Amino acid sequence: MEQSLKLTINGVVRAIHVEPEMPLLWALREQLGLTGTKFGCGIAQCGACTVYLDGRPARSCSIPVSAVGKAKITTIEGLSKDGSHPVQKAWVALDVPQCGYCQSGQVMVAAALLKRSPRPSDAEIDEAMNNLCRCGTYQRIRDAVHVAAGQKTVQQVQATYAERPVGVSRA
Amino acid sequence: MKQMDSLARTFGRRQFLISSAGVAGGLALGLSWSENTQAQLTVPPLSVDEVNLWVVIQRDETCVIRIARSEMGQGTRTGLAQLVAEELECDWARVRTEEPSPGQNLARGRAWGDMSTGGSRGIRTSHDYVRRGGAAARMMLMQAAANQWNVPLVELRVVAGVIQHEPSGRKTSYGQIADAAAKLTPPDWKTIVLKKPAEWRIAGHSMPRLDSADKVDGRKVFSIDLRLPNMLCAAVMQCPVFGGKIIRFDERAIAARRGVKGVVKINESTLAVVADQWWRAKTALAALPMEWDWGPNAQVSSQSIAESLREGLSAEGDFWQRKEGDAPAAIAASAKQLEAIYSSPFLAHATMEPMNCTVLIEGGRAQAWVPTQNAEASIAALSEATGFPLGQCDVQKMDLGGGFGRRGGTQDYIHQAVAVAQKFPGQPIKLIWSREEDMGHDFYRPTSMAKLSAGLDSNGNLTGFQVRVSGPSINAYLTPAAIKNNKDTRQLQGFWAEAGDAQLGYTFPALLTEYVMRNSHVPVGPWRGVNTNQNGIYMECFIEECARAAGRDSLEFRRSLMGKHPKHLGVLNAVAQKADWGKPLPAGVYRGLAQFMGYASYSAAVAEVSVSSKGEVKIHRIVFALDCGHVVNPAQVRAQIEGGAVMGLSAVFNGESTVDQGRIKELNFDTYPILKLKETPRVETVLVPSFDFWGGVGEPTICVVGPAVLNAIFAATGKPQRNLPLRKFGFTLV
Repeated sequence: MEQSLKLTINGVVRAIHVEPEMPLLWALREQLGLTGTKFGCGIAQCGACTVYLDGRPARSCSIPVSAVGKAKITTIEGLSKDGSHPVQKAWVALDVPQCGYCQSGQVMVAAALLKRSPRPSDAEIDEAMNNLCRCGTYQRIRDAVHVAAGQKTVQQVQATYAERPVGVSRA
Repeated sequence: MKQMDSLARTFGRRQFLISSAGVAGGLALGLSWSENTQAQLTVPPLSVDEVNLWVVIQRDETCVIRIARSEMGQGTRTGLAQLVAEELECDWARVRTEEPSPGQNLARGRAWGDMSTGGSRGIRTSHDYVRRGGAAARMMLMQAAANQWNVPLVELRVVAGVIQHEPSGRKTSYGQIADAAAKLTPPDWKTIVLKKPAEWRIAGHSMPRLDSADKVDGRKVFSIDLRLPNMLCAAVMQCPVFGGKIIRFDERAIAARRGVKGVVKINESTLAVVADQWWRAKTALAALPMEWDWGPNAQVSSQSIAESLREGLSAEGDFWQRKEGDAPAAIAASAKQLEAIYSSPFLAHATMEPMNCTVLIEGGRAQAWVPTQNAEASIAALSEATGFPLGQCDVQKMDLGGGFGRRGGTQDYIHQAVAVAQKFPGQPIKLIWSREEDMGHDFYRPTSMAKLSAGLDSNGNLTGFQVRVSGPSINAYLTPAAIKNNKDTRQLQGFWAEAGDAQLGYTFPALLTEYVMRNSHVPVGPWRGVNTNQNGIYMECFIEECARAAGRDSLEFRRSLMGKHPKHLGVLNAVAQKADWGKPLPAGVYRGLAQFMGYASYSAAVAEVSVSSKGEVKIHRIVFALDCGHVVNPAQVRAQIEGGAVMGLSAVFNGESTVDQGRIKELNFDTYPILKLKETPRVETVLVPSFDFWGGVGEPTICVVGPAVLNAIFAATGKPQRNLPLRKFGFTLV
């Protein structure tokens, strides 16, 4: 039977009346219109649906909405007011996204990593950044995490990608 | 534009209602979802006041550049805008883009040309006319200023959208002069002189992408995110066995479930459940009792398909051939003969955004919102499925959450959504495939098998080379008219004699290449790199076997065959230099090399790997070289190479869509794993454009990823790996 639930999402309390087994992902997307959190696999494999429950990353496709309880939910829409989180800024500065579909989840996981470990090693990044990206943006994700952490500058990283072509004289 | 006016009339009132609801809802909830709720119920009209097809200059100096190709992550929106802006001489900081719909394109006689976005063609087949469009607009803007000031055109200069007449010190801007410019007769396109790459200031440089910002904060509305008023959602199930049919289903069993509106039998093998929300439709579909006739293919397996391919390797018949000299005789007469059989499995595309589209049928018109690589194929599918003339259909292109070839010519989801929408006129139907449906009903990268033979003389030189590929044909499945007399050249992409697209870079004393078509019931289609993926592996790994059998260095052996292919040789040399070929490596680390051509571009790669006793493969370094003729945005070209490396490594180590009892076994990422960040090596790239042709970027390099790594594993282990994916043969990428 359906239940009335109160969820705290991005600091706002929202009431919904839904099937208790409805995954949090679909409650966010279809009940509440928060479509920045993406559906990728439905079985907690890809991480496109990553949100925070009390600040910790969770895969919302595999959490029944009724199991959220009083945990505070943060979605990509609530990570910052205006895209100004250091992770978001680094992502844009380095043009990390290709198609962009998985990037909400990637940004959420990266921001959580930096909160836990403000100056992460490559090994920590490898361990934490476990979400799938079919476009294969991982190399720039790693660079952008370091930029967001202040371990590298945008200019240092950009120089490696923006290097002008070589070898042949221009017509 | 008549069509658009009437669409606007049809949807005008509704549009107003949505906007109001969206604003009110957003305010009431304190959440920013109004933008999505306001998604247009008609294709957005194009900006007015165009200077020409490609360029609109607004009074506030905004420069709107029109992009006809689809953006799926490859960066074509930014690259094409750079080319137009370069000739236009506008202020790059004021550039934004808009996309004509296929209906708008048709209404103007296909003025924007081909909208299809596949085969790495976005830039290489439209660079000329989009640059002429930018140049023509610049010439008109400057002529308008010259007319206004009554001065000779040659006395004017333009910098970043500001036109100056230095002798008199007068200045004007594109925004101020645009109205007058639009009234002028456009210049003759043939007489336009385009800039030389050496003069480029916007093109050729790593301009930031125009579409990154809303991909990091949840604002970007993908097709799957659409929320339209009165919308219903559909979940789909196709018969798991390709070619099977539905016998019966019991709609009553799910009729009482919350939100469920009904079941639609889309065709004899496809059912959809419609509900107010997708999760409800999907769970109701899972609960729907149904019975299937698996049909004639229920016993087909990967093994049985492999047997048919293997038979093709030795079959007699009249097959498509490239024949130079008598390779079989030359090989037979050689001091040493080599032979090997290679194979590759079917592969699913697995775009991160599952297949989906939205269709609304109302008042004799149909509209689709769809992430499509080919908007014209989408509108054609919409027209065909509804029976409405093209003029009563239109398609709003949505940026794709991944394409890789899956969302091109075959618009299966449009046909499905139309079948549902016909039962719910006036209500938009958003049809979404589950991940399982997406991986289980793809147009797969075809499986193939190759037998390669070669002869070596006593000096270690090749005497003859022979390759026969056996497998399903993409053309047979998708474009049968392209096949003449049962002969299909496309499957031998990369082995072709013709220069310019996918030419083999070697010259052999004698050569025989053959393709033997062996189709199965499994749907096949283009998958990033298409046939260059498998063929690149077959050719480059077997060449490596030959080099080793001859006791010769991999690089030197290849060079000796490439005298007539300077561009292939150029990238091979570039990668060898960048990767320090020939220099000592740490103990336990080995190199592999490959070069190949596809999509009019030349690629080469060097990988350095170590292999542990447990089969753990570590890629210590991987270096690519690419000659794509012209580089429009170096940072984005590198991004495509990095992404292609990841997708190529996923295929080589992990990827397989296995056929079992007529259906695909791997239906989600748990059984169809793709690379993760921790497995991804750092990619180094050297770009060596030769500036006398235009090649593709999105696909060319994927074909050298596999063979470079496989050849390094061969070097490390002394044993060639001829079958994929490697995880089935004891290797894991770490």
